[in-house]
Amino acid sequence: MKKITIVAILILCMAPFSVYAAESGMPLERAPVDITDNASLQRGAESFVNFCLTCHGASYMRYNRHRDIGYTNEEILEKMVYTGQKVGDLMLSAMRRKEGEEWFGVAPPDLSVIARSRGADWLYTYLKAFYRDDATGTGWNNLVFDRAAMPHVLYQLQGEQKLEVNGDQKSLILDKPGQMTAAEFDKFVGDLVNYMVYLGEPHANARKELGIKVILFLLGMLALSYFLKKEYWRDIH
Amino acid sequence: MSNIFNSMIEWIDKRFPLTSNWKAHLSEYYAPKNFNFWYFFGSLALLVLVNQLITGIFLTMNYKPDASQAFASVEYIMRDVDYGWLIRYMHSTGASMFFVVVYLHMFRGMLYGSYRKPRELLWLIGMCIFFVLMSLAFTGYILPWGQMSYWGAQVIVSMFGAIPVIGETLQQWLLGDFTLSDAALNRFFAYHVVTLPLVLLVLVFVHILALHETGSNNPDGIEIKENKNPSTGIPVDGIPFHPYYTVKDIVGVVAFLIVFCGIIFFAPEMGGYFLEYNNFIPANTLQTPDHIAPVWYFTPYYSMLRAVTVNFLGIDAKLWGVILMAGSVVIFCFLPWLDRSPVKSVRYKGPYFKIALTLFVISFFVLGWLGTKSPTPLYTLLAQIFTVIYFAFFVLMPWYSKIDKTKPEPKRLQE
Repeated sequence: MKKITIVAILILCMAPFSVYAAESGMPLERAPVDITDNASLQRGAESFVNFCLTCHGASYMRYNRHRDIGYTNEEILEKMVYTGQKVGDLMLSAMRRKEGEEWFGVAPPDLSVIARSRGADWLYTYLKAFYRDDATGTGWNNLVFDRAAMPHVLYQLQGEQKLEVNGDQKSLILDKPGQMTAAEFDKFVGDLVNYMVYLGEPHANARKELGIKVILFLLGMLALSYFLKKEYWRDIH
Repeated sequence: MSNIFNSMIEWIDKRFPLTSNWKAHLSEYYAPKNFNFWYFFGSLALLVLVNQLITGIFLTMNYKPDASQAFASVEYIMRDVDYGWLIRYMHSTGASMFFVVVYLHMFRGMLYGSYRKPRELLWLIGMCIFFVLMSLAFTGYILPWGQMSYWGAQVIVSMFGAIPVIGETLQQWLLGDFTLSDAALNRFFAYHVVTLPLVLLVLVFVHILALHETGSNNPDGIEIKENKNPSTGIPVDGIPFHPYYTVKDIVGVVAFLIVFCGIIFFAPEMGGYFLEYNNFIPANTLQTPDHIAPVWYFTPYYSMLRAVTVNFLGIDAKLWGVILMAGSVVIFCFLPWLDRSPVKSVRYKGPYFKIALTLFVISFFVLGWLGTKSPTPLYTLLAQIFTVIYFAFFVLMPWYSKIDKTKPEPKRLQE
């Protein structure tokens, strides 16, 4: 009977393993995610507002939530809000949905929880995997997301990559350098993705902090309740 | 002080059967003294039920059952409602843990023959609870209105459409529309928060009443009521539920809460099994996802739904899938009459039953795993093989349980 119990517990513990997948089958690079790093989140937030929010919304998120990452309301207004919105407003896109459909064939998706559906590693690899492709409407293609509707918004920073096919092996090489070195660009995208992970679940840090307290309390309760049970059961058998 | 208390109880007892019920169901309800690990899951199911009811009420205060607002209102709860994230994770984790606990509770019944005479009705009421629980899980999963909510529901609803003659009409009647839309979301919300919880509560109450009529089974599968102390009329191997099992269940509750809170606070998505990644994409009625997978607790049945690929006996493959899927759940109801073994507990059953049960558990897990995958020819073949094993456990039971070499049951509970 002990054996069945142990096997059952083991099987239940096997459940949590990751099931993200890149549809291209291309191996994903590991994104440098640390949502306790406020400096990185702030850099990511500013890049996000400058590069992403023009077309994409993050419309479940309010600007003033960014007090979580070390900003004051005044700093938020100064560094993040460009469109005359109030600090308590939702982060809506500057572009209308209909315009998006007309320009790109598909409305740019809302990015509030994109890191939760795609995963940080996918976003990190995707943002670095654009290359020049004259066969597409935008002139860009992507190794992770074939024929992505989005053009390479960051090409001035990264430069232009081109695709090199060697048998089954596909790789990207830098054709024209951009304003950043490869290392600088990696860090830039890393901060941006880190911010999007925070954006997906702004309370994640609070959740883990509270969790430690709750588990410690419960461990204490476990000891107490175990001894209580033992005391009550002394006269049985 | 105790005088005031006593006279208060006396006052109530003249007007309401308080003391007599307290005795009948707690302080003088005699339970076998040898309950083991597997006997925690009944009380834990009750705990999760209370968790779902309370967190559910708070979610209702901010959730909007409207196809254009549902997804955003869930994110509003996650971000702007104070501790909304906690309430939501408690509810979403609770849904999955409800199934973990109930599956283990049912497995306990299969291990020790708890469904056997005189507990057949208790088992059937339990099966009704399981059906309602599945309906609750299904209607609840639609509410966030993500891609998996929408397309998962689409798969389930289309099953009704596979029923001959009345299928299509039935499907429209259920949806209140020709397709899955705002109308369906509204009515599934009503079922999820009013109808089904009410039915569930009544069934749980009846389940406990039936349990306390027959008394609990135990790991030895023998009736403690058959061996009573002649002077007191109390079963010799029985101990009062309160305080013995109340204090013991508290240990179980706290241990369970450690696991439960571990998930809530450190892995609320549980690697995509409790909250699927694709469900963080708002429902898009024009874009079918490449891969539709239900939540883990439905995947074994989903595998069986997909397992049939050819029409046979004049019935098309899709309808066969629906029949198998429904059959795979309903067949549990027949267990009390399929089991012909002279003993109840696995402790005294022979090798045939142990092998059959092991194969059944393996097939349940393999089918569950296959249900999360996109079908390939190999996976479909595996699903077909394990579907056969799954059903063989039940269909062949009258035969193998009868010819099995059993050990004699003891007269008294074993230590």
